[in-house]
Amino acid sequence: MADSTTAGRTVLVVLDTPDRELRSPARELLTIARDLGEVIAVALTEPSAQTVAELGAYGVRQLLVTDLLGDEADSHLTPVAAEALVAAVTTTAADVVLLSSSFVNREIGARLAYAVGAGLILDASAVSVGEHGVVGDKRVFAGTWDITCAVTTPLAVVTVRANAVVASPAPEAVETEVDHLEVRPSDSATSAVLVSRTEHAPADGGSGRPALAEAAYVVAGGRGTLGDFGPVEDLADALGAAVGATRDAVDEGWVTHDAQIGQTGVTIAPRVYIGAGISGAPHHRGGMQASSVIIAVNNDPDSPIFEIADFGVVGDLADVLPQAAQAIRAHKG
Amino acid sequence: MRIVVPVKHVPDIHSDRTFTDEGRVARGADDGTLNELDENAIEAALQLVEGLDEAERAVSEVVAVTVGPPEADAALRKAFQLGVDRAVRLTDDALAGSDVFGTAKAIAAVVRTIAADGQVDLVITGMAALDGLASVIPALVSSELGLPQLTLATRLSVEHGQVEIVRDLDGVTEVLSAPAPAVVSVTDHLNTPRYPNFKLIMAARTKEITVWDLSDVGLEPSQVGAAGARTAVLSSAPRPPRADVQLVTDKGEGGLALADYLIRNDLV
Repeated sequence: MADSTTAGRTVLVVLDTPDRELRSPARELLTIARDLGEVIAVALTEPSAQTVAELGAYGVRQLLVTDLLGDEADSHLTPVAAEALVAAVTTTAADVVLLSSSFVNREIGARLAYAVGAGLILDASAVSVGEHGVVGDKRVFAGTWDITCAVTTPLAVVTVRANAVVASPAPEAVETEVDHLEVRPSDSATSAVLVSRTEHAPADGGSGRPALAEAAYVVAGGRGTLGDFGPVEDLADALGAAVGATRDAVDEGWVTHDAQIGQTGVTIAPRVYIGAGISGAPHHRGGMQASSVIIAVNNDPDSPIFEIADFGVVGDLADVLPQAAQAIRAHKG
Repeated sequence: MRIVVPVKHVPDIHSDRTFTDEGRVARGADDGTLNELDENAIEAALQLVEGLDEAERAVSEVVAVTVGPPEADAALRKAFQLGVDRAVRLTDDALAGSDVFGTAKAIAAVVRTIAADGQVDLVITGMAALDGLASVIPALVSSELGLPQLTLATRLSVEHGQVEIVRDLDGVTEVLSAPAPAVVSVTDHLNTPRYPNFKLIMAARTKEITVWDLSDVGLEPSQVGAAGARTAVLSSAPRPPRADVQLVTDKGEGGLALADYLIRNDLV
């Protein structure tokens, strides 16, 4: 549906795990992209049938799959992924490239923008097109400031943080045409080689909880759990939430590093964040302060986390969390 | 082995951080400090040099470099306290308003200039600056220098000129390897930065900081700063503070109050 605001503009959406399914960050990107122009999805690996079907539901008419040539050409290598996207941008004459905002994607986006002279906006919470061209909103300084950036070059590369919008399929599903593009990465792109790549067992032990980085609900535990994450996990499961943790809890070995929220772990901005037994040190706050609603449970009424919370319970998390979980289950029926 | 560690002078994470009217991060001398994550990069560089035999160590050096105003010396002094051998500051009015590309170009130009009198084997950076959190500078410096990138290292080793890192991404552990010279970024899980000893603290006060401007590193003013930026900040504003916290003290019904808050606000 190209109207005056989307006319003639091509938007590439880079899919994170096309070999499996569309995860929520990809669905959110597609939802944003639809308002910016004609959407072309890009997959750096062969897509699954499920991915192609979901793209159709999101109104995407074209999927461009890059086929990498050469022995060392692994799309998990950041420079290789960036070169594949350079080829995709060139072939499609794209105006905007959207990626989800993981550490790796920020680097891929940066290398892509460097190579093609594009402007770069990282961790946008909203993307629009207006009189200033492509504009992104960001929250910075641990969510305490809002800034609006405009890209001043013809091509814009934007990484978008999870939960920036609520994903919604297109009004009408379409047929998605799958096209292939051969790309031979340069020698310099493969100068660092991938010796091994090991996927971890799911941090949640296969309980099917959402991934921390993209969850709409997060329940996090800190030192105050004293190492027992049972109440945290119980409340998380009642809410359908991801489980997170502070650096302290990770260092103690109570949870895996994948669960660490903070400026050097996962930065989250869920709809609801519940912190239990967490004091609210600056590094943790930097990773969660942009959350829409912040709830804290701590037995110390002077904990700094209460200063940034919307709602707080002063009490023992081992009492409060199970009671809350039970009440929420009862409410949900 | 010669290692360059780019460091950043940032507003203290505990201070009130603000933007100037031009949409730039306000940086003052008073509350500024060495970006905490850069200490891990310095520690990594020092440990690599300390692991060499004596003859190699004698010809090794760790150079801290920063791009910024004279106030940024505070970060370089801290680097001296930790034990770096040399410090270089690139200062030029034309650098003001640099975006990530301009900053990376400036850092790369400093590295090239240092490499003019002997190969630089490694560029080691922190994983992010705690003010901007862009975390793309290592990748862009790697692009600028045409060197392999090995980023987000939780383990780092160099043997026979081959650099290997281990990194833990979301749900994945990767091992990457590349020949030196290479650009490496390290996480705070790689090591625990040392505390400066008294002798180094005293010595750091008087150590000389080399100051260069753009012409010293072969850059034109148009290539960096606001002139070379590809994005512009249209507006910046502090977010309104959250309404006062609704605080409930648990007397046996704290969990119910929490559930009720969620239900009442349509959050479940």
